[in-house]
Amino acid sequence: MNKSVILGTLTVAALSAGMASAQTVSDVQDRGTMNCGVTTGLVGFAAPDANGEWSGFDVAVCRAVAAAVLGDPSAVEFVPTTGKTRFTALASGEIDLLARNTTWTFTRDVDLKFEFVGINYYDGQGFMIPKELGVSSARELGGATVCIQTGTTTELNLADYFRKNNMEYTPVPIETNAEAQQQYLAGACDVYTTDASGLAATRAAFETPSDHVILPEIISKEPLGPLVRHGDNEWGDIARWTLNALIAAEEYGITSANIDELKEGTDSPEINRILGTEGNLGEMLGLDNEWAYRAIKANGNYGEIFAKNIGESTPIGLSRGLNAQWTDGGLMYAPPFR
Amino acid sequence: MSDLHAHSVAYVRESMLDQQPPPATETGVVKWMRSNLFSTIPNAILTLLALWALWSLLSGVAPWLLNGIWTAPSLSACREILDGATGGCFSVLTERWNQLLFGFQYPSELYWRPTLAFVLLFVAIAPVLFFNTFPRRMLIFTAIYPFLAYWLIWGGSILVPLLAAVGLVAGYFVYARFVAQSFAMGFFGGIVAAFVVWWITGFLPVEGILALTPVESRNMGGFMLNLILGSVCVSLSIPFGIALALGRQSRMPIIKWICVVFIEFIRGVPLITLLFVANVVLAYFLPPGTNFDLILRVIIMITMFASAYIAEVIRGGLAALPKGQYEAADSLGLDYPQAMRLIILPQALKISIPGIVNVAVGLFKDTTLVSVISMFDLVGMIRGPILASTEWNGVYWELLGFAALLFFVTCYGISQYSQWLERQLNTDRR
Amino acid sequence: MASLSDPQGSESSFRLSMLLNDTRYRSYTFQFIALVCVALLFAYLGSNLAANLRAAGLSISYDFLGDPSGYDINQALLPYTSQSTHLRASLVGLLNTLLVSILACITATLIGVTAGVLRLSNNWLVSKLMAAYVELFRNVPVLIWIIIIFTIMTAVAPAPSAFRGDNPDANMLFGAIAFTNRGVYVPKPLLDPLGWVVVAVFVASIIGAILYRRHARKRLYADGTLLPTTWPTLAIVFLPALVAYVILGRPITLELPELGGFNFSGGINLLGSLIALWFALAIYTGAFIAENVRAGILSVSRGQTEAAAALGLRPRRIMNLVILPQALRVIVPPLISHYLNITKNSSLAIAVGYMDLTGTLGGITLNQTGRAIETILLLMLFYLAISLTISALMNVYNNAVRLKER
Repeated sequence: MNKSVILGTLTVAALSAGMASAQTVSDVQDRGTMNCGVTTGLVGFAAPDANGEWSGFDVAVCRAVAAAVLGDPSAVEFVPTTGKTRFTALASGEIDLLARNTTWTFTRDVDLKFEFVGINYYDGQGFMIPKELGVSSARELGGATVCIQTGTTTELNLADYFRKNNMEYTPVPIETNAEAQQQYLAGACDVYTTDASGLAATRAAFETPSDHVILPEIISKEPLGPLVRHGDNEWGDIARWTLNALIAAEEYGITSANIDELKEGTDSPEINRILGTEGNLGEMLGLDNEWAYRAIKANGNYGEIFAKNIGESTPIGLSRGLNAQWTDGGLMYAPPFR
Repeated sequence: MSDLHAHSVAYVRESMLDQQPPPATETGVVKWMRSNLFSTIPNAILTLLALWALWSLLSGVAPWLLNGIWTAPSLSACREILDGATGGCFSVLTERWNQLLFGFQYPSELYWRPTLAFVLLFVAIAPVLFFNTFPRRMLIFTAIYPFLAYWLIWGGSILVPLLAAVGLVAGYFVYARFVAQSFAMGFFGGIVAAFVVWWITGFLPVEGILALTPVESRNMGGFMLNLILGSVCVSLSIPFGIALALGRQSRMPIIKWICVVFIEFIRGVPLITLLFVANVVLAYFLPPGTNFDLILRVIIMITMFASAYIAEVIRGGLAALPKGQYEAADSLGLDYPQAMRLIILPQALKISIPGIVNVAVGLFKDTTLVSVISMFDLVGMIRGPILASTEWNGVYWELLGFAALLFFVTCYGISQYSQWLERQLNTDRR
Repeated sequence: MASLSDPQGSESSFRLSMLLNDTRYRSYTFQFIALVCVALLFAYLGSNLAANLRAAGLSISYDFLGDPSGYDINQALLPYTSQSTHLRASLVGLLNTLLVSILACITATLIGVTAGVLRLSNNWLVSKLMAAYVELFRNVPVLIWIIIIFTIMTAVAPAPSAFRGDNPDANMLFGAIAFTNRGVYVPKPLLDPLGWVVVAVFVASIIGAILYRRHARKRLYADGTLLPTTWPTLAIVFLPALVAYVILGRPITLELPELGGFNFSGGINLLGSLIALWFALAIYTGAFIAENVRAGILSVSRGQTEAAAALGLRPRRIMNLVILPQALRVIVPPLISHYLNITKNSSLAIAVGYMDLTGTLGGITLNQTGRAIETILLLMLFYLAISLTISALMNVYNNAVRLKER
């Protein structure tokens, strides 16, 4: 009996399905929503709250792109992906943009045919360990049992690090962050390793965060960024320049508070170009000229997004560090808008 | 004793004694305990061991259950209220009740729709499950139910399920028209007719007519997702299972081998690999540009999985029928479809019902595996968003216990029904 | 089917309509149609695959199997480092799958037979308790059981740090076995070359014991002499090995696990994830096997029991000599499918982080290489091979125990 439901759905799905391959922009505009791949739940980066509303650092990128393309930051369908499913989801067109703290590596870019549109967080793999073990350096971890969240580059970095330093260890691969926490807190592993930002987020959720220390060694470079399918340059450009607009907005002091005021027109041609009061950058992207205005308006500039989701005033409490603007000694450097 | 000797003994009782109660050790509780618990020394040891096991289990669980906190906004608040005492933090269930049942993305103002669909499910399956008690006319509602449930749960225009139903009805009419001539003609004609109707109606503007707010499949979650996957896949897999079982019994070697390879392949791999296929591979095999959502891909794979198992159950039923039934059908001059439809399948299916119910229960339990491919069913909700949230990080027992309880109630209920049905069917089979 | 109604060769001319209406040819028509349909389906899927891969600029290649895997595996039955290939990582995973499956099959059988027999016990409490066990475990998904048992392991067992200090919270059993939430550490036997002699003697005595029992049974059937079996068997098995052990100067020593650094070192470490998966699968499947055993025993008619009792056999002997051998015929076929289920369910290892085939090939290798189609196809083929092998082996056994009907 239920057969017909499926067949009905099938016909409808087949009839309404557009071509996903080359024209992501028009697909997204026809659909009216953007599908954005995120994690299955990492507090601060992407996690649903009790009402099912997604929020977080990566989520803000999705919302900014949706605001730029569709004019509505809430026109995003969040698709939770695991480390295993994220790349297929993107390659098969199930999602339009993957913002799931994904490390930009050579093979992912070249061999798996994806296009990283920039870096929204410079991260590195670190270790967290209970204070009572009295370990102060990762070089003292010989013989330890290490909990790893699988599906990331962490396993490889870990194997390399311990091999290089000629130490033994027992890896305990865990699928989800919640279970890794449980293992770590029960003492089933001595050390928990993942990206330093993830460690901070995890530690923030503990009952007594001060009982745990994050070791000073960062054993890998993990530039995290959103990515799109290879070969669809229009869409890639939109995502890339939306991210750049967020970063540039912080540099030029455009905030969600003063953006309406600045939009009236300023002395700075760069701000004017970003906000679309001068030039026609938006049209070149195939959008209107207010695209960046909407993107910034959605969640604020890069610095605001950082402060609101993972900054020092949040429980996660990450400092800007490498992610400060280049003018403050960080690596955030948006190319010029001209 | 004869009268002759009566005077030769000192005393003779002349009236009957009142009946005495049996000795205390041979009656009531004591007797029951003696024969059922302490009949032999090994038995007594076993009893004591069992008592000890029961005691240690109860003494651990009882205070945890009884001291449970049902109203607290978070785990830390809960621990504060408990203040070191043993007790469960069941407030996670009350706080996240809707998430556990519906997932976290189903719009909360629409919860009445799946709830209504769930209640109507009982009305729909009652005449199927208890065919003797309920009037046959209720089967009409059963036939309508799938479309109604689809409309309620997914929303959108009522025309979509309605047109799907129209296609099916058209198919049925064509089948009924031609089946007298040839089953194959009727069958394929019916399918073609249904597809033609669907294809034509696909051009109709369906938007907005009697429309409920549409909800996307990826917003389904919680126990609702388990129920949807379980019921849809089981009901879909029964016709496929019958076809596969008949194919495997067939005397046409190519058809037989296609079925054998399919069944053995599916039964030889774990469900989880099939779910991986649904999740990461299947998209590559669909036409470029089409984009089935995950729930549909998962339904396809689980249905394939269940069909293979149901086919084996039905094959057992077919094999269990006496050969005489096949021969009788032949001697009546029935052709293959007629023999199957009128004689073999009704009996074979009846024997297979308990087996099919077993497969259904197993499948329903296996729907929890979708949590591994990042779908938020009941287990996925628990392992994912709820345990990852800052409020409820560390509430394992209450959540896992709740999940186990829900599944236990459902599956135990179904298996009890199956046993009842088996007895029911046995009496009239002699 | 109805071949009598067919025209028998009277007309040799062949008309096209005969393909559909003549039962001699109709089956060929159907098979041809089916074959074409299947071929078309595969062609359709294949062309879609090719088109999709071309659009994404990808290709199918198994070269990654020869590349270094780059990750470590915590339980490797083969020599393995992070520099070994992905193929080797898959084989390590395969062996881990087999290990946990075999352990779980044995344990599940033991649990199932015990629970099935006890459920029929005339002890009311015990039989009710066993019924509760069976129903409770059969009706809750195995995934939930795996997670629950794993959580019990990590939450209830002490961490290795609890063994530390002068007055530790936890102690090693017999000073040799440590139950921690990372797993169980047991002593590891170290063998000198002479130690192998002892092992050889031990194996030889086991064979001897089997031969003795066979001889005893032959005597029993031949002339009714009832030779004692229990004590002689024990003596044959253990005495020679013990004597050899002492004479050769105690060549076998135990390496005890010792707490050092973060973990216990030395001894054999049974990983917590292995134990959790093993027990969860064993207890879950044990409940199903218990039902089979019960059904099997009930299928032996009561007259058999009564006849055996009338011959003067004791209850235990009735069970061992009369009922179980007959019940086996009913028990074994479903047992095979339960063993298959254990093997397939062991793929849920990823829920507890046990590095089985799904964890290595279908897990980290898939994540790292992104070769989804290739790895999943390989994964399915591996499982298919295991399943087919098990069912083949068990069918051989099944045929051996089947009642030889005359």
